[in-house]
Order: sequence, then C-alpha cells, then structure tokens
Amino acid sequence: MEKSLVNLTIDGKAVQAEQGISILEAARKAGIDIPTLCFLKDINEVGDCRVCLVQIEGRRGFATSCIQKVEEGMVVHTNTEEVLEARKVVLDLIISNHKVDCLTCVRSGSCELQTLAKQFNMTDIEFAGVRNEHEIDDLSPSIVRDFSKCILCRRCVATCKKVQGVGAIDTINRGFESCVSTVENKSLNDVNCTFCGQCIQNCPTGALREKDSTGEVWRKLRDPETYVIAQTAPAVRAALGEEFGMEVGTNVTGKMVAGLKKLGFDKVFDTNTGADFTIMEEANEFIERVQENGVLPMITSCSPGWVKYIEMNYPELLPHVSSCKSPHEMFGALLKTYYAKKEGLDPSKIFVVSVMPCIAKKFERQRTEMKNDGLFDVDSVITTRELARMIKQANINFISLEDSEFDNPMGEATGAAAIFGTTGGVMEAALRTAQDTLTGEDLKKINFEAVRGGEGIKRAAVNIAGKEIKVVAASGLANAQKILEEIKSGTADYQFVEIMACPGGCIMGGGQPIKTSKERLDKDIRKLRADCLYSIDEKSTIRKSHENPVVKKIYEEFLEKPGSYRAHKLLHTKYQEREKYNF
Amino acid sequence: MENEGKVDFTKQVDAKEPEKKCKCKDKFLEELFKTYQPIKDNLIQMLNEIQDHYGYVPMDVQKELSEFLKVPMAEVYGVVTFYSRFTLKPKGKYSISVCLGTACYVKGAQKIMDRLQERLKIGEGETTEDGKYSIEAQRCVGACGLAPVFTVNGKVYGKATVKLLDSVLDELETSN
Ligand code: SF4
Ligand code: SF4
Ligand code: SF4
Ligand code: FES
Ligand code: FES
Repeated sequence: MEKSLVNLTIDGKAVQAEQGISILEAARKAGIDIPTLCFLKDINEVGDCRVCLVQIEGRRGFATSCIQKVEEGMVVHTNTEEVLEARKVVLDLIISNHKVDCLTCVRSGSCELQTLAKQFNMTDIEFAGVRNEHEIDDLSPSIVRDFSKCILCRRCVATCKKVQGVGAIDTINRGFESCVSTVENKSLNDVNCTFCGQCIQNCPTGALREKDSTGEVWRKLRDPETYVIAQTAPAVRAALGEEFGMEVGTNVTGKMVAGLKKLGFDKVFDTNTGADFTIMEEANEFIERVQENGVLPMITSCSPGWVKYIEMNYPELLPHVSSCKSPHEMFGALLKTYYAKKEGLDPSKIFVVSVMPCIAKKFERQRTEMKNDGLFDVDSVITTRELARMIKQANINFISLEDSEFDNPMGEATGAAAIFGTTGGVMEAALRTAQDTLTGEDLKKINFEAVRGGEGIKRAAVNIAGKEIKVVAASGLANAQKILEEIKSGTADYQFVEIMACPGGCIMGGGQPIKTSKERLDKDIRKLRADCLYSIDEKSTIRKSHENPVVKKIYEEFLEKPGSYRAHKLLHTKYQEREKYNF
Repeated sequence: MENEGKVDFTKQVDAKEPEKKCKCKDKFLEELFKTYQPIKDNLIQMLNEIQDHYGYVPMDVQKELSEFLKVPMAEVYGVVTFYSRFTLKPKGKYSISVCLGTACYVKGAQKIMDRLQERLKIGEGETTEDGKYSIEAQRCVGACGLAPVFTVNGKVYGKATVKLLDSVLDELETSN
C-alpha cells in the first residue's frame, strides 16, 4: 500500500514527504541536514537531547525534529538565528556536565559531541555546572565505563535492551543522581552483561570504550625473550582501512599484514586457518550428532558474547551448543603445541595476540577452559580499533604500505573461513564441508544464498546428500533469544543453528571502527563489509575448509582426524552455568 | 583410553530442570506471582505490594520479580530508585519524615532536615546501622498551617524548630 504524501516547506524548499515520518527524516531526504545526538534510527527515537531543534511557523517555541512528525502545510525552519542559538544553549548545558578531556580521550575524532561542539562553534561554556563524579568501572576484561563522559542520551540503554535483549544498563536514581548505570552501580563484570560491545558502537562519546590491551602488547613486542605471534580475524581486514580514512568495505589484508610486521610481530598468521579447523570439527560434530541421535539442533559456539549469554540465561540449553572452541582459540592452541614443536620454540615463550573485531574475545581469552598444559591458548586480544591505534602510534603510514602476505607454514586459509566474519558465513562454510563429507564427492554447489543477507533471522532448508536439513542463522542477541525460546518450547524444526551476538555478525562487532549515527544512515555498513568478505571468498582458489592443505597436513601429522582424542583436548571446550548477578 | 577427554555430546545430556516459576523464599511472593500475569505492565503495581509487605524492596525480590516479568533487573532497579515511594532498605523502628513541601520549606524545613541528618549521621532515604531510625523527605503532608512539620511514625509535630526536634530525638534515645 502506498503511503500518502504530505506537502510541507523546509527552509523555503517545497518538500513532499511520506505521512508519518519525522521532520528530521523528511529534511534529510530533501538534502537538508539537521544535527542530532540522542537519535539512533529505529533504536533510540526518544527526543531527549533536543539538539535537533527546529522552528515551525505558527507554533511557539521549538520542535524536536527527530520525533515531530510531518504535517500537511507545515513550514519548517532549521537554520534561523534563533534555532542556531537555541541549539547552542542546549549543547552548552550538555557539555557543562561533561568531563571534557579530548586530548587524551580515545573517542577524540570519532566523538559526536566533539563534532557538534565544533560545528556549533562553541567557543566557551557558559553554564559550567557541578559535575557528577563517577568512579570509572574498569573491572571487566572487556569494557571500561567512564560516566563523567556520559551525556545521558540512552543510546546504549536502547541498544542493550532492544537490539541485544540483555538490559544490563538502564537509567537509575532520580534527580541530580540520575545516571545510566547498572543495578546498584555495579561493575559490568558483576551483572548480566555479555561483553558484546554493541553499546560502545552506539555511544556517541567516550563514556563507553574497550579495555585497552595495547600496553601489554607493546611490552611483549619490545621484549627480546618473547616470540610474539599475531593472528587476525576475518572481519578485521574488511574494516581496518576505515580507521585510516579508506572507504567502508575496502579489503586491506595485505596492508594489515605489512603493518603488523612493521610493528615487530615475529610472525603474522591468519585466524582464518583456525576457522578452517573450526569447520572441520564442527561439521564432524554435527554429522555425529545427526548419525548418533545426539542433541539437536546444534548451535555454533564461535561468538563468546553469545556463549556468555546462553550460560547466564538458558543454561538448560547448553547441551545444544557445539563443544568447538572459537577459531582464534583453536589456532592459539595449535600454535603453542604443533607449531612450537615444529619450530623448536618453547611454548611458554610464545605470546599469541589475537586481532579481533570483538571485545567479548577479551573475556573469552581468560576463561579457565581456554588453557592447555597451564598455558593460555591466546595471551592478549586487541580490537581492530586498538590495532589502528598501534599503527598510528608507531608512525606507520598505513595507506602507503606495500601489501605483504601471511607467514608460512600456518598462513593458508580458504574462502570458507573468510566468510566466518558475517552472519550466515559459519553456516555456509560448515555446509560446504558437511555435504562433501557425507557424499564423499567434491560438490560444485558452494554458495548457499539463503543464509546470506542482513536479516536478523534467516531460515533455510538445504539438501545435503539427499537429506533435507533445516538451518537457521541468527544475529543480535534479541534474535538469538527468539530461537532459544523456540528450542525450549519444542517448536524448533531445524537441526543446525548459527548464532552471532552482534547484529550482522563479527563485521559489526564491538571492536570494529565506530560509525556515527549519520554515517549509518548514509551507508549500509554491514553490507559493504560483508560484500568485502564474500568477494575474498569468490576470489579464493580454495573455498572449502577440508581442502585447505595446512589443515590436511596438521590432521595427518598431529591431530589425526576431526573429533580425535587430541582434537578434543586442544580444540574443544566446556561451558558452565553462570550467575547473572554477583551479589 | 581413546575416548578420555572427549566431550560426549551424542548422549542426550540431562538438561537441568527448566527454571522453576518461583524460587521464592516465602509465601507472600508465591501468592503475588500467582495473582499477577507475568507482563511488564504489572511492574509498578507489584512493586507497590512488595514495598507495603516488606517495608522496602529487597534486592533478591527485585531479582525474582525481574525473572518473573522478564524485565531486565536494571530496569526494575531503575524504577525502584526513581520513585521515592520505593525504598531499598527497611525503614527504621522510628521513621522520621521532614516535610519539604513549599510552605514548610519557606518556613525553614531544610534546617530541620539538616539537623536530623547531622544527629543521626545518615542521609535522606537511609536507615541507621542499628535499624532504629530512618529519614525521609516528604512532600506536603497537608498540615501547612503548622509549617514546618515533621513526623515520627506518622505522628505529626508542627511549628517545628531545631529545639523541638532535639527534644523529640532525646526522648527517643532513652526509649528502646
Ligand atoms: S567524549 Fe568527546 S567531547 Fe568528551 S572528552 Fe571525549 S572526545 Fe572530548
Ligand atoms: S556489552 Fe552488550 S550486553 Fe554489555 S552492556 Fe553493552 S550492549 Fe549490553
Ligand atoms: S554511555 Fe554513551 S550511549 Fe550511554 S547514555 Fe551515556 S553517552 Fe549515551
Ligand atoms: S532530541 Fe532529537 S536528536 Fe536528541
Ligand atoms: S508544605 Fe509541609 S505540610 Fe504542606
């Protein structure tokens, strides 16, 4: 059904807009920009900050354009002197309660508050108010909260509650004490937070940020005794360039590897190789479950935010979760065993750094299950953003770096592993291997279009070796929750489920370059980054995990076969029921 | 030995009993959860009953209510700390309220409040360690003619002065 149109005037321009949309949206479509701060399309449309003020003729005062709907005959002004002054007053009040320390703030440059201050030409702050003092919460392995930089826009609250269905943070207390925080102001470490980091992605300021691990990595890089190995997740190469001003979706694999080598890593490997092992083990586990009447549907386990979510919220469904470790953990375990032995290295002198799009991996890394012979599989996790900061700090001109290649002998990876970084990718990679294993053939059907795309829940039926298998790929924890409820109530008719905590998958992870609310309106960031991974897959000569020569070799020489005793010891893990709140 | 260390996922693992409806420690909650539908709209109403029953909203009850209504605990806590009628701690044996309504305020109610906090060494909305006293701020209690006003367990003291407050407190000190 066509929506009816209304006619209005914005800044003297005749505009036709769909009934029911906001003035902000109508103006955008007409090419007129109105500044916003608390507004986050479809997620936070509450009209709280009043930065988006406009004037409507015949009405007194100002209207909040992000929630005010268009009406027939409306005459709107977005740019009068009064409007500009009023917005300035609004921003002044916000800043007066803000700990302004841009010089040392990690968000300087990507901060929406800072951008507005510049845009509004704020030369001084009139209402230097009394600031609420807050302790910085840096107890968790993943997130740091500094609420002296919080402007109470509630974008994080809406994200955590609506997109992720978690609700770890909310507005608490009243009056001057009112703030965005947790139950009893506890550390995120002690509440039901999953460490997905989506709140960081949506925070306009430096109030939420990742726990920085660059310091410990620098120290190890400078220590001649330590053999420092980097491994990089698939999603990082599809986004790292953005931190250096490159187009969204540019594949910077070569420059990324070159940058890491310049930083002084002794070896640079590809977590994609680890992903190929994950597929071998996971496909094998799936086939075993099907053939031996095991617990189905089986759910993937590579997303640590998701794993923490189910451990806290649906412990009774844990038997559905694959016992596979996530790719970087598998790879770390192999580096400290197979690779160390092969190269004659002392495993205790190896320091494995995972470069990840994810902040939950920082939490996963230090889980007691992720150890072998007393050594952690992975020693440090840095995000895409942290790697960019290290490259900048080392004065490396990223854009002009010559492409470099991953090191051998662990450097080979497949197209199947590359698409691990996007929702549906793990599923597709597993299906490629499962169908060949079951038929014993090298099947030509490689692309499973039905599990591609950005929908939060994708359902498909695929034919594998004459048998119909129903699969689901869900991303975003609120969507995961829907699937879990189906399983719990017995209405699930599918056998294989892929779940990623972040909406869109790892490419939209909590450690990826931060995009402003405006950039996200202009571009489909998820699609651009996903397309980058799919094109890496298309261009790969090997596109199935079981055909990866490195994988084959390590199974031959070391692991024997998927699901073997040694594979279980190194590549699989266990889960635990977790309390949501510690008090 | 072959299978040692291997996670046996092929067996139907005994899934834990699905969450019980109510792990409640007492009859009151059990009844409450029977009376209400588990929908978010009931949050405030249920909190009211909880506050009335216990005299405050205990943390573990908030946790159970959050599970029951499927509302995140941070949201429940947010509501409890937003409305002044809900308290996080039990009130003292002597619950002392100072009216900070306009009439009382104009007549110097803040001085009474300050003195009260100074003597009991607790803040507004708090209870002394021994559970004897708690302090609350109140809106107009409808006795403006007597402003400023404070109450002890509902008993109204009008035309209050710091001196009157002191003598009332002294008296309470000697009682148990
Ligand atoms: S949050 Fe923004 S405005 Fe505040 S200190 Fe950081 S960069 Fe500056
Ligand atoms: S990290 Fe995820 S779960 Fe934790 S507060 Fe942020 S959005 Fe919520
Ligand atoms: S933490 Fe960030 S997103 Fe959350 S309310 Fe504060 S400024 Fe907004
Ligand atoms: S009120 Fe419109 S952007 Fe905040
Ligand atoms: S203002 Fe205190 S009784 Fe009315």
